[in-house]
Amino acid sequence: MKNLDSVLAAYLIGWGVFFAYFISVARRTSALREEIERLKNSLNRGK
Amino acid sequence: MIKQITAAGVVVLLVAAAAYAALFVAPTERSMGLIQRIFYLHVSSAWTAFIAFFICFIANLIYVFSRKPRWDWLGVSSAEVGLAFTTIVLITGPIWAHPVWGIWWTWDARLTSTFVLWLLYVSYLLLRTLVEEPDRRALLSALFGIFAFLDVPLVFGAIRWWRTQHPQPVIMGAPGSGLDPRMRAVLLFCWLAMMALMALLMRQRYQLEAMRGEVELIQREVEGL
Repeated sequence: MKNLDSVLAAYLIGWGVFFAYFISVARRTSALREEIERLKNSLNRGK
Repeated sequence: MIKQITAAGVVVLLVAAAAYAALFVAPTERSMGLIQRIFYLHVSSAWTAFIAFFICFIANLIYVFSRKPRWDWLGVSSAEVGLAFTTIVLITGPIWAHPVWGIWWTWDARLTSTFVLWLLYVSYLLLRTLVEEPDRRALLSALFGIFAFLDVPLVFGAIRWWRTQHPQPVIMGAPGSGLDPRMRAVLLFCWLAMMALMALLMRQRYQLEAMRGEVELIQREVEGL
């Protein structure tokens, strides 16, 4: 089983990159949702 | 929400099945052995990155002529997702190369043009952080995105036009080149899984960009009060 560690490393890193990217997009989306709520509230207060 | 979770579940299953096929179903290559199985992740990611950058190119072109924000949102979404896939290509390539070539990296035409492609799309995303005014940012990045795409045919052609350390193409290559039918089937299945993953990530990223557009609109209203 020569190079098994390299093959596993490649696949694990590959999935890791996608998972990290997915989490990053989800986090940014949730932060923006909060920002939209905050802005809408300040807009309503100003009217 | 249920639709999104179902779609994500389907994509996860597809990617898991593709990994199983790449690691256990595809035949072991005669000269390289087990390490060649990286090929299925490496090549399918590269093809998917090309598709993402092509979508970005088309979206950028349409934006320049229509100036509709949704094309800018699609452009940035596909650029970022394409960049994620290119990152996988640049990581898996050296892991595969080291045991086969004895070196992690060499500045041949294919590897260099791929690295330049990665740098170009990093620059595309950086450029967007430097311009605050939304319309100006969208136009500048669309023009830069059109220019950045010029490197994609160069990456594709590098192993066809020049002698490189990187192997010659096994699909759409010279006469006599080719793949074992089972290897080809596994490669195409892995590509299908990667395309599904690309669609899922791009959709998520597009929604984020659309929300950002909404925030900028509300911010302008708040500042105008």
